[in-house]
Amino acid sequence: MKHQKPKISRLGEQAILLEWDFEIVPENLYWLLSVKKILREKVLKSKVELINTYNSLLINYGLSINVIYDDFLLLKQYDFASIKTEALETSTYKLPVCYDAEFGLDLDELAVATKLKIPELIALHTKPIYTVYFIGFLPGFLYLGGMDKRLRISRKKEPRKSVAKGAVGIAENQTGIYPNSSPAGWQIIGNCPVELFNPKFEIPCPFQTGDCIQFYAVDLAAHQRIKTEVEAGSYTLEKANL
Amino acid sequence: MSQVQVIKPGFYTSIQDLGRLQSACYGVPQSGAMDRLSAQKANLLLNNAEDAAVLEITMTGPELLFEAACQIAICGAHFEVVLNDSPLERSKAYTVASGSRLRFGGLKEGFRAYLAVSGGFLTEQVLKSRSQYAGITQKARLEKGDVLPYSASETRKSSTARVNFQDSGLFHSKIEVFKGPEFELLEEPLQQALFSKDFSIAPTSNRMATGFNELLPNTLKGIVTAPVIPGTVQLTPNGNLIALMRDCQVTGGYPRVLQLSEKGISALAQKRPGEEVGFELEGE
Repeated sequence: MKHQKPKISRLGEQAILLEWDFEIVPENLYWLLSVKKILREKVLKSKVELINTYNSLLINYGLSINVIYDDFLLLKQYDFASIKTEALETSTYKLPVCYDAEFGLDLDELAVATKLKIPELIALHTKPIYTVYFIGFLPGFLYLGGMDKRLRISRKKEPRKSVAKGAVGIAENQTGIYPNSSPAGWQIIGNCPVELFNPKFEIPCPFQTGDCIQFYAVDLAAHQRIKTEVEAGSYTLEKANL
Repeated sequence: MSQVQVIKPGFYTSIQDLGRLQSACYGVPQSGAMDRLSAQKANLLLNNAEDAAVLEITMTGPELLFEAACQIAICGAHFEVVLNDSPLERSKAYTVASGSRLRFGGLKEGFRAYLAVSGGFLTEQVLKSRSQYAGITQKARLEKGDVLPYSASETRKSSTARVNFQDSGLFHSKIEVFKGPEFELLEEPLQQALFSKDFSIAPTSNRMATGFNELLPNTLKGIVTAPVIPGTVQLTPNGNLIALMRDCQVTGGYPRVLQLSEKGISALAQKRPGEEVGFELEGE
């Protein structure tokens, strides 16, 4: 795939924004992550924070803005088309989700809206391998791509004041997991007992952009067992053998 | 370790430093002092490291009991402040004796004051910062009865330090901005309105965002979720202008029409609900 030059602009005094106008597909994400790696390792001279979204890279200089202008000129000249997609160290994880009515508050509503039966909804939600595009919105909230279009539903008309930690939701063409109890406008279909964010750890979120995730259905008993393991610190994330 | 006892917390007082500058990749907000310039100035007066943790005091101040001698400096908003029975000036280092009580009274100018202590407050550090934020640190702000540790050994004898800063700009109504990534997508009358209109601070404003009461006739739709940072000014489909502040999320889906300068963020942090501001394009 041929990638154009990004639109390069300053975001205030502390950051440079690179934006591409490309389709949101995994191939483009992995190319973007390759750009991010090369900029970090070979192009930018100072320690900066680099974050990506679907089609943007933000280079945040924080307090050390003395080199930002030089970098800005350098990036304007940079030959982005020469960057090839590299093999990145990413993993695919299997995450348990309990779709029991106790957690799946909006499964009935989703079944009506999609004209599908609940077991079919669960099958469609657990089938894809989702790609983590980036983490945002809340600490540890994964922006996942790859949801089956048949599950599409609009947000709740009245957002809930609070949903449980681990609530699995759907809104428009996206699915996601609430890492902590939070107000929520998404349709809630289940609960994932695995911890997505813990500020006590040096790396507070076990997932990173570019990782893949597949859900599998568990019953209430298994959900409780895994939750107990997670709370005791004895749970290990399950990697998929692909 | 010495400590400060929180007798009364005030309206919204929290521990802040310069925030978490390497955690956005996990979706963690930066946090840190809303008016960074005033927080840095308070630290400078005490020869502290620039990232030493200070108290951010909003609208009404706390009452504090110092259990050991130290030096303090207060910068930013102008409160009436009394140490035991003597009034304190702002932007000046003072020696505080063991057992002293510090009380904040009326707010005369600005909205947020910064209290630095020699050596900085040594409260819990999470993800390389002491800045309080719900869900990251144990508490989001000070509560009655909290104790804040600091190192009394950091105390220096001389208290003659005075730092000359031009900080009066923080209390002007002009807020310095740059154009945001979606500025050019706005229709021209709307671009002009951003700089010609006055905007008043909405009462819902907090450490996450400063809202404005005026509505703009917006025709722009949302954007694909993209990076935002403190100081990014978004325009919602309803025509609401929202300036993201230090506790903002790391991504957003509204057009980013302006970006406040560092000084602009600090100046906006000093505005009270109802106060009017105007945006001024930097470098033009």
